[in-house]
Amino acid sequence: MSTISKPKQFQLPRIFPRPKSHKGLWYWLATVDHKKIGTMYGLVAFFWFLVGGIEALLIRLQLGQAESSILSPEVYNQMFTMHGTTMVFLVVMPLSAAFFNWIVPLQIGARDVAFPRLNALSLWVFIFGSILMNISWFVGGAPNGGWFGYPPNSSLGFNPGHGITYWVMGLNILGVASIAAGLNFIVTIINMRAPGMHMMRMPVFTWMTLITSVLIVLALPILAVAGIQLTADRIYGTNFFNSEAGGDPIFWQHIFWLFGHPEVYILILPAMGIVSEVLPTFSRKPLFGYTAIVFAGLVIGFLGWFVWSHHMFTVGLGPAANTAFTVTTMLIAIPTGVKIFNWISTLWGGSIKLNTSMLFSIGFIAMFTIGGLSGVTHAASPSDTQQQDTYYVVAHFHYVLFGGSIFAIFSGIYYWWPKFTGWLLDEKLGKISFILMFIGFNLQFGPMHWVGLNGMPRRIYTYAEDMGWEGSNLAATIGGFIIAVSVLVFLANVILSKRNKQNSGGDPWDARTLEWSISSPPPHYNFVEIPKVNNIDDWWYRKYPELLEGNNQNFKKQKIEVEDSSNVDESKIHLPDLSYYPLIIGIGLTIAGLGVMYTYALVAIGLIMVFWGSIGWSTEPVNEDSKEHH
Amino acid sequence: MSTNVTIQHGEEINNSTGVSAKKLLMWTFLGSDVMFFGTFIATFMAYRNKSLVGPYPEDTLNIPITSVSTFVLLMSSLGIVLALHYLKEARMGLAKFWLLMVIIMGIGFIGFQIYEFSHFANMGMTPQVNLFGSTFFTLTSLHGAHVSLGILWLIFLLINEYRGNLNSENAIDLEIAGLYWHFVDIVWIVIFALLYLITANDGVPPGGIPWIGGH
Repeated sequence: MSTISKPKQFQLPRIFPRPKSHKGLWYWLATVDHKKIGTMYGLVAFFWFLVGGIEALLIRLQLGQAESSILSPEVYNQMFTMHGTTMVFLVVMPLSAAFFNWIVPLQIGARDVAFPRLNALSLWVFIFGSILMNISWFVGGAPNGGWFGYPPNSSLGFNPGHGITYWVMGLNILGVASIAAGLNFIVTIINMRAPGMHMMRMPVFTWMTLITSVLIVLALPILAVAGIQLTADRIYGTNFFNSEAGGDPIFWQHIFWLFGHPEVYILILPAMGIVSEVLPTFSRKPLFGYTAIVFAGLVIGFLGWFVWSHHMFTVGLGPAANTAFTVTTMLIAIPTGVKIFNWISTLWGGSIKLNTSMLFSIGFIAMFTIGGLSGVTHAASPSDTQQQDTYYVVAHFHYVLFGGSIFAIFSGIYYWWPKFTGWLLDEKLGKISFILMFIGFNLQFGPMHWVGLNGMPRRIYTYAEDMGWEGSNLAATIGGFIIAVSVLVFLANVILSKRNKQNSGGDPWDARTLEWSISSPPPHYNFVEIPKVNNIDDWWYRKYPELLEGNNQNFKKQKIEVEDSSNVDESKIHLPDLSYYPLIIGIGLTIAGLGVMYTYALVAIGLIMVFWGSIGWSTEPVNEDSKEHH
Repeated sequence: MSTNVTIQHGEEINNSTGVSAKKLLMWTFLGSDVMFFGTFIATFMAYRNKSLVGPYPEDTLNIPITSVSTFVLLMSSLGIVLALHYLKEARMGLAKFWLLMVIIMGIGFIGFQIYEFSHFANMGMTPQVNLFGSTFFTLTSLHGAHVSLGILWLIFLLINEYRGNLNSENAIDLEIAGLYWHFVDIVWIVIFALLYLITANDGVPPGGIPWIGGH
């Protein structure tokens, strides 16, 4: 920060005044507060969770009976494509991002992320990108090439119209959001830790955020390249995947899965981080094997780059490649197993509190283990040859992505809800929603294992009556609707608990990490004083110092209160001011993306907005009082 | 206890590594950009010698001309080192001169590229005509877009130097732009080596197209 006054500091003339008030719509549109951004990520992603869920229910309705005709084959293709794309890119990734935003700065003792406005940019680009992708429903049909969009099925010849192009443009715009957020969190975690918070003292959730962010910034550019190539093929007539000109559709599969497999770990590592926070808190024990869990996460993040062709065992890459990728894929079971045993050992001998959050975490361990084991069965290329493109694979990845990621996300929602809001969610309704989800989930996806091994292929809109698949499919459909009821119970829980507010205080769970050492909801500057960190689970050992001296029995809790922020002098707060330029860049980028499909005039308008936003951004002072220039 | 604390966000409060957060951000971004260019370069290499029809690289590439533009771009990297050096020493005249030189060299490189593209188009080599065209044009034009973005950024910094907003105290802003500029140059070295030098004599693949036979 420069202390010299800069008389000639240039500022782009403002069309709208810089918002000042911390209330109202303008505040939410221009906020750079990581907690507000996290809330918006969470709300928008939950909306898409409901949309993706409705898509899933329509799929299940269609498959509930043989030869039903609720959805036409064309609409069915759009439905499963958008269900997969929505759940991966618009639900699990942004819900994880919501937790990154809310929790990581609090866990490392920072007042915000390293680049608050870049953070707002990620949010707005995500929101508008998600809207852009879904506009396709109303302008001639949604994408219908499956969530991996294999050419030539997704090439112009077989797939005219704008659906696939919307898919690619949407993914590329969402990729910008993810990469920006990934960069931001890497720098935040590496550079913004409170004094004493060494890397090996960071909470596991923060560690998993760091590993996920590294995967995001390295994997999403690969998807961007694949997207640019497919867009170029479709719009400009290039030949990347055009076999008539010597292009190779298999090449798409290589690039897509080179992105796609790290992406799988982008979806599951944050969930592993959440579970690693919840289990020790409600077992009242330190996480078993902290170092092993951290290194297992690193190993998963590393090995994830060497397994992509296990998605292509039936392509015909030859025995050498298939063997190599079988081996690397099976290797991943080792660090994953390390984690599972560490979680179980964390529970062992603890004083376990079975509340909703804990139930979802334990459910995660069980479901994720089942999904992991079925994963090992198709890591072996010979058996995968039997399973490829059957419902067995659908069962597998729903066990890891729903039974894994979504269960952990719900665990995180129940765990951190009092930190977000200052009040508790109702436990009784929470447990009902868990039990319903657990039953519904297993009823829906369990039977898919055997119906898949029986030969039912994926992505078929219906099946004949005499195939013997009707019972399993009906069960799955019923299970799907039970999950829907469970989600409704969750929503009812939020509404009812808000009505009869039960104040949580700053630290309702007697928890371990720094986010619980401040009031709930936290003040916008988080910490009045930046904490000094001496231990892993520093807040826990500040409360129970006798534990550090080896006294594991009859240890007493120190009288230590969460940080009081009631008498802070508001005039001494210098946090980044609001900025609407991220919003303008986000809108501009989306308009430009639409323009690529329709008219260059829109591209020009979009790019002018991006340029305007960028110049405004880089010339406005971060903070109007201090005149600090970033 | 808390009333006297000034609440600030930023590197004055938390800086675990001692490295500027902005600089870390740029390094991390460059790591991400490596994957972007890497995938395009891998695409080019995977499709090398697989074009079914001409024009082939031997018909189109002009190594002497591209060597000149490569030289110009590499010299701009030297220029930005000097611009940063003089900025840090607060010798503003030389700092502005070298930054201007970098911008001119960057524009010169883009000029070469525009000439090259239009020359190729005149010879009938377009992104649509064969795999060589598709892979060549996407990679080089996206590299050109990176250079152009860098030029805009450096112009913005040059204006700030003239207005007195960029000086020896916040020379880090130029240093970060310099990291980006060097990276774009280094990528060009790879592109020049793979897309131009080793590809230059590729014609009809020896023995014809593998899966079609003689050509």
